[in-house]
Amino acid sequence: MSRARLSQWWFVGTLAASLLLMLVPLPGVLEPFKPYWPALVLLYWALESEDRVSLGLAFGVGLFADLLDGVLLGEQALRLCALVFITVRFRSRLRFFPMWQQALAVLALLLNDRILLLLVRILAGASLPPASWWISPFVGAALWPFLFLLLDDLRARLRIQ
Amino acid sequence: MARAREGSSPLFAGNAAGTLRLIVYLALAVVLMVLDQRNGWLWQLRSAASAVIEPVYRLAGLPAAGVRTLSVAFSDRQYLTSQNQRLREDLLLANAKLNRMAAVAEQNERLRRLLDTQHSLKLNVQLARVIGVDLGAYRYELTLNMGSRDGVEPGQPVIDAHGVMGQVKAVLPHTAVVMLITDPSHAIPVTIARTGLRTVAYGSRDGDQLSLPNLPLAADVRAGDKLLTSGIGGRFPPGFPVGRIDSVAPAPTGMFQVALATPAADLDRSTDVLLLHDQAEPKGPPDLPVPAGPSPALAPAASASVAAPVVRPGPTGGVPR
Repeated sequence: MSRARLSQWWFVGTLAASLLLMLVPLPGVLEPFKPYWPALVLLYWALESEDRVSLGLAFGVGLFADLLDGVLLGEQALRLCALVFITVRFRSRLRFFPMWQQALAVLALLLNDRILLLLVRILAGASLPPASWWISPFVGAALWPFLFLLLDDLRARLRIQ
Repeated sequence: MARAREGSSPLFAGNAAGTLRLIVYLALAVVLMVLDQRNGWLWQLRSAASAVIEPVYRLAGLPAAGVRTLSVAFSDRQYLTSQNQRLREDLLLANAKLNRMAAVAEQNERLRRLLDTQHSLKLNVQLARVIGVDLGAYRYELTLNMGSRDGVEPGQPVIDAHGVMGQVKAVLPHTAVVMLITDPSHAIPVTIARTGLRTVAYGSRDGDQLSLPNLPLAADVRAGDKLLTSGIGGRFPPGFPVGRIDSVAPAPTGMFQVALATPAADLDRSTDVLLLHDQAEPKGPPDLPVPAGPSPALAPAASASVAAPVVRPGPTGGVPR
């Protein structure tokens, strides 16, 4: 049925768009405010349609993102795997949270993600990032309700499972 | 939407299979990272997959290019006219300077030929454009629209109109990634133009400055001093502006002076850059002893053509990791 294919395309399309958004630079001043888009979109899909998002998919998306980013192969695969695992584990509870509580949970997940990244980078021999580097999770959490509602609304309009 | 899925997602679950899979995937990722860190496989993989990756870069670079085009299209006529006027004046000034320099350069070339050195003042450069892509390395990198097919090689110095920007770190067939001199893992050998003191400028952690952490306490360094490439190490040719010193302070250990410098190049505003093709010759005998102390008469000339690597340090040329 074409509906199923459409929903598959929509799923892949949002993930591809998130990877592209990750690469698009922001003007200098706004640069530290850029959220980690692939994590947010994967989070949405992990919460909303669990059967699509597995650890394997998170690993695959992360590897592709690493291929695009060129920092270290496996870095984002590790981060996204950890993120998706925690989300799927607490999925039933996260879905019952009111929006502000969900945003707080997203903040915790993104902060955890940054800490993982910091560990990896330091073990790889990079130096400590500037303080502004920690702004991004807060921006991601602040954007979460809007992203969630937007994606949910689009999904309802397209009548996609 | 809230389909109840019994079994697959129980409310308080601790299924061992999921944890096991997580551990397997995490271990796989860690193994990949270690292997990549050791062997640099990522870039080989990237050049193999460049047919997919490069179009994505171009696509991701479109918004930045679009903003640039729009800002030109919608900027008012007056601004463009004044900009044009300013550029014209700059060109006139530069040409006048060049004409005056031409005679000196020719004389210099003749004298150098007499001295039988291999240095040349000629520049062999290639113009490249910056693609606006964020590669997630806290802004210490730049992506260019030229690659190995255009003759770009890792290690080539990159400059703009004002000074040294960095060096090519990795190449794909049509894309090159440049490591900026402000990257904390980058080091560039410099001399201080006023005194001829040789030292090494590292990238600083804050991302838009250079730090010179090991100046001798007795060294004569002041705010406002200009830094030039020294050519030692063979990676960067001598005599290009690198930056200007902002502040000098004693190090916390009390053993050295630490200086902070602003890069001369427009690291985050340049859209066109030059790739240098003639790399400095790493060989060649020391021909002039550099004055040890500040000697105003000799210093500018000596520092402009530093060629006295009495003690050649290791690869200080900031080898990309």
